[in-house]
Amino acid sequence: MIPEIGHFALILALCVAVVQGILPIYGAAVGNSALMAVAKPAARGQFLLVLTAFCCLGYAFAEKDFSVLYVAATSNSQLPLHYRLAAIWGAHEGSLLLWTFILTIWMFAVTLFSAHLPDATRSRILGVMGLVSIGFLLFMLTVSNPFERLIPAALDGRDLNPLLQDPGMVIHPPMLYMGYVGFSVAFAFAIAALLGGNLDAAWARWSRPWTTVAWCFLTVGIAMGSGWAYYELGWGGWWFWDPVENASFMPWLAGTALVHSLAVTDKRGGFKVWTVLLAIMAFSLSLLGTFLVRSGVLTSVHAFATDPKRGLFILAFLAVVIGGSLALYAWRAPRVGLGGSFAMVSREGMLLANNVLLVAAMGSVLLGTLYPLFLDALDLGKISVGPPYFDSVFVPLMTPAIFLMGIGPLAQWKKASLPDLAKRLQWAFAVSVVTALALPVVMGNWTPLLSLGLLLAIWIATTAVVTLRERLAHVSGGSFIERLASVPRSYWGMLVAHCGIAVFIVGVTMVKGFESEKDVRMNVGETATIGDYTFRFDGTQDVVGPNYTAARGTFRVSLDGRETTVLYPEKRRYSVQNQVMTEAAIDPGLLRDLYVSLGEPLDDGAWSVRLYHKPFVDWIWGGCFIMALGGALAVSDRRYRIAWGRQKPAVPVSTGTARRKVA
Amino acid sequence: MNRFLLPLSIFIVVVVFLGVGLKLNPREIPSPLVGKAAPDFSQPQLYDPATVFSPADLKGKVWLLNFWASWCSGCRTEHPVLMELAKSGEVPIFGMDYKDQRDEALAWLKRWGNPYPVVGVDDAGRVGINYGVYGVPETYVIDKQGVIRYKQIGPLDPDTVAKKILPLVKQLESQ
Repeated sequence: MIPEIGHFALILALCVAVVQGILPIYGAAVGNSALMAVAKPAARGQFLLVLTAFCCLGYAFAEKDFSVLYVAATSNSQLPLHYRLAAIWGAHEGSLLLWTFILTIWMFAVTLFSAHLPDATRSRILGVMGLVSIGFLLFMLTVSNPFERLIPAALDGRDLNPLLQDPGMVIHPPMLYMGYVGFSVAFAFAIAALLGGNLDAAWARWSRPWTTVAWCFLTVGIAMGSGWAYYELGWGGWWFWDPVENASFMPWLAGTALVHSLAVTDKRGGFKVWTVLLAIMAFSLSLLGTFLVRSGVLTSVHAFATDPKRGLFILAFLAVVIGGSLALYAWRAPRVGLGGSFAMVSREGMLLANNVLLVAAMGSVLLGTLYPLFLDALDLGKISVGPPYFDSVFVPLMTPAIFLMGIGPLAQWKKASLPDLAKRLQWAFAVSVVTALALPVVMGNWTPLLSLGLLLAIWIATTAVVTLRERLAHVSGGSFIERLASVPRSYWGMLVAHCGIAVFIVGVTMVKGFESEKDVRMNVGETATIGDYTFRFDGTQDVVGPNYTAARGTFRVSLDGRETTVLYPEKRRYSVQNQVMTEAAIDPGLLRDLYVSLGEPLDDGAWSVRLYHKPFVDWIWGGCFIMALGGALAVSDRRYRIAWGRQKPAVPVSTGTARRKVA
Repeated sequence: MNRFLLPLSIFIVVVVFLGVGLKLNPREIPSPLVGKAAPDFSQPQLYDPATVFSPADLKGKVWLLNFWASWCSGCRTEHPVLMELAKSGEVPIFGMDYKDQRDEALAWLKRWGNPYPVVGVDDAGRVGINYGVYGVPETYVIDKQGVIRYKQIGPLDPDTVAKKILPLVKQLESQ
């Protein structure tokens, strides 16, 4: 009964989405406020309906209802409850439901925080989101219904893929989808602006916080996916350049460009057409990612069950949504006109260059990802494009972008003077170059890439210090703390996010430059040494988990004769799918990770063992979290609180203080 | 050309490729051996280790070479299809017992039935290497001149047999 309620809720949601996608947009076009007023209740109703469906599926998992095909296929009676709930998005149908659910969450958020928007704009935004939602609901109801029954019911489920039985599964996909789908808001804003013909600074001001929030989620989501791969796959890598990873990275690159381009449109009214195009691109790439993951056109480690019918549906959907919006763009954008003019050397100029570099990087990732498909489609043979391509394309594109990142915040809008900039940055540059050259030598391993990476990271940090100092110098009076507090949070956000990049670069550079690994055969009682740490293998024990049995190894790690930690890597056999999984054991640290994974059992209790010493590897993810923190700081800026405060006249106090602060 | 149409044009090209891509199978890896002479071997037979099994004996016939093993679950899936095909008498299927234990292989064939007139033993996997086997089961169609005409990676299913293998065998027989 419960699954039928969920199914029915989805059908109702589709009906509501159709209404929401048509009436408000038509109402906005003809100026009928009654039709426009449909948008808000429709969006909220749709949210409640999809929430109902989502809860119904969750209930089916929690109650182990194996008469639901999807539940039987992705869970098992022995699977712990938190993984049964995470199994909601453990395969194709449920993750689509999650996608749609998150889309309606964003819609609901738009209805909450849009009182300051003109009626027509809000109706168009919600209408566009409704149209997107139609596609996903139709997709689910036609070829990917998560509520399909299995009659007679299975006695037990086929279990969730053991790779996915990990805390990362509980949190990574929702985060990632919040990011992907969050770009739909910026997309809807852009389409609404194109429809209404009012691409102005106000439009950019409204889009900015939404885009930044989505970007933060995507940043965290990608970082978590990467961290998950690092500890779960057991070979110590953190980025594969796998098509599915690229599918999440491309919207991130476009989104990063969008965040910066929006800043220019907001502050200077420039880049309008470009910003609209980026907003369309960021969301289109999210949709394209969905297509690549689910249609089976590319080989990937993230094998979703593939079905040509589904692929065809998504392709048609892509063609309608992206093709339609790009056609709208081609039709309306020429009338927008240009923003203010600016010199090449100016903040706009540098942001534009940075945008072009980010989009070029995105394009090269797209090309690398689709290249095997292109060749295959033209019958020119089968190839795969791997890390060497991406590494060699990425470093030259990102190096100038990061160099500009240091200068941009210091340059004046409209026109800056190059000699003046050089003078203000000479110390930062000198310090960066000297440190970057000297540090690797001190650490005993100089390579050009190591120095380059450190140069970029230190450059970001030193220029951030210079930027902040200059900013504080413009604030007159008050103590140092007061002056610090007077710097707007959005400015702090920028500095923090940029420093996050620096931290990230340090992580990548140090891991590449100094990591060491060993593949050894270890008998019980034997020791192996890696990066000053000595590992002693104390044999394995058999342990029994809720739905697996495992051999758990014990490794005592010592540094200079003192024991620092004990690590317990496991080799698990999940009984239902009879699949063997490697659970690496990691001793994380600010300056290094120690990483042990069990290979294969050899004779007499000996094992083949992989040991890794990874300096600074946690800085990779730390940097991503700092970037996201910067985004969160920027969104918490006063000017957005004012805008949101205005829609709650019932609370005069907050509005009052906000107004006073402005004054 | 209008620069505002450029993104749309690029997108249309990508969609066309994605559409074509849907029809292709990226996991299908072409074998360089198709169209080449089947590598020669002479391996002991499973039922009669004293006699050897060699492709040279089969010159002038169209036949299938099926790599299998008793430890392989895909072979179990494929087995009824092979039995059916053997019963139809359309084409002989010769087996190659790949990296297996003799007694287990014999027990397996006894339990599930034997579709093969002759089974060769490749316990070291040497023949497998020459044929480019990277996972059992794999099946090769070999023509009258001893040239490999088709390679199936993974289990044969009734659909593949009816639509690919049998028409190909008929065509090769008539040559």
